Amino acid sequence: MSEIENQAAQMPAKDDTAANNEWPLWEVFVRANRGLSHVHAGSLHAPDATMALRNARDLYTRRNEGTSVWVVPADAVAASDPDSKGGFFESPQGKSYRHATYYQKSEGVPHL
Amino acid sequence: MSFATNDTATKHSAGVAITAEEIAAGEQRAPEDVARYALALGDDALMLGQRLSWWISRAPELEEDIALGNIALDLVGHARFLLSYAGTAWGRTEDELAYFRDEEEFRSVRLVEAENGDFGRTIARQLYYSFYAYELYSRLRESTDATLAAIADKALKEVLYHQDHAEQWLNRLGLGTEESARRMQRGLDELWPYVPELFHDDDVTRPLAEQGVAVLPSSLEEPTMTRIRAAIEEAGLTVPTTGTARGGDRSGEMSEYRGYILAEMQSLARRHPGASW
Repeated sequence: MSEIENQAAQMPAKDDTAANNEWPLWEVFVRANRGLSHVHAGSLHAPDATMALRNARDLYTRRNEGTSVWVVPADAVAASDPDSKGGFFESPQGKSYRHATYYQKSEGVPHL
Repeated sequence: MSFATNDTATKHSAGVAITAEEIAAGEQRAPEDVARYALALGDDALMLGQRLSWWISRAPELEEDIALGNIALDLVGHARFLLSYAGTAWGRTEDELAYFRDEEEFRSVRLVEAENGDFGRTIARQLYYSFYAYELYSRLRESTDATLAAIADKALKEVLYHQDHAEQWLNRLGLGTEESARRMQRGLDELWPYVPELFHDDDVTRPLAEQGVAVLPSSLEEPTMTRIRAAIEEAGLTVPTTGTARGGDRSGEMSEYRGYILAEMQSLARRHPGASW
């Protein structure tokens, strides 16, 4: 019983309007193999974290894709603003000195 | 041989596991009595798979559609293994056994033929069957019949998940709202009379169990029911006290729904025999 009560605590804050009768949204991250990172696979609805993991298993690992799954309440994901793309992501453009290939190999350095 | 090492972040092989085709083409032909045993187990899986597949597009949420659809597919997979193996005894394919046998030739229990009812009732049926199937396949893995042992080993991994799915929902409905608990309890009560048929010994299972080929059904009753009772109580519900339904021998004589399920399941194959995609 306590497990279920814990589940309630894990549930993302719910908007109590009558229109919002849907299960909350979760983001799913799947790791294909040991040594790789978890990669965002998609999202799903589930009543709580335990069920979200099971739904993720059914939706995103049907074809032997995974060895590990994470689910995160979609509300907990802070995302960058698509409208501020310029300031956020375009500043590195042209700064080729930030890439290793910009530099010439010094003479006599082995294993490069 | 393993394909696992070829997998990358973007490429996934299907992995390696026993297939129905291998069983059908295999060197091990099932003896007559083993085939009859496999047929009964296969019919249970087939009927429940057929029943559950009805939920696709009708479950409370899309995610649950897929969960029940997955479980249905797993069960049809178990049926394919078991019917393919049974068919080796009689020179019949899995499809011939599934689509061209008549009502009285099936050996499924009434529990798996029961109507889906509401979601609570479907979960009650999943609880009873998957807890039984877990005990069954756990022990059938030790069968002296190598093919049955291999099938059980594969099926067990899937049944573990079916069990978990049923238990998660049992808890949520039992401990949810007054209405969800009422409906879950009703589902448990209504199907309870059909559970004992799973544990009915007969002339096929008794001698096979003595040889270590089959698991004696009655020996599964105590471990299965102990866990089912505990799960029901854990979910804040009441262990049903409804009696046992009469005629629990898989014969279908007292089966209300078998014919209707077969009519739907077999109509296409019978109308267009040998049709393929």
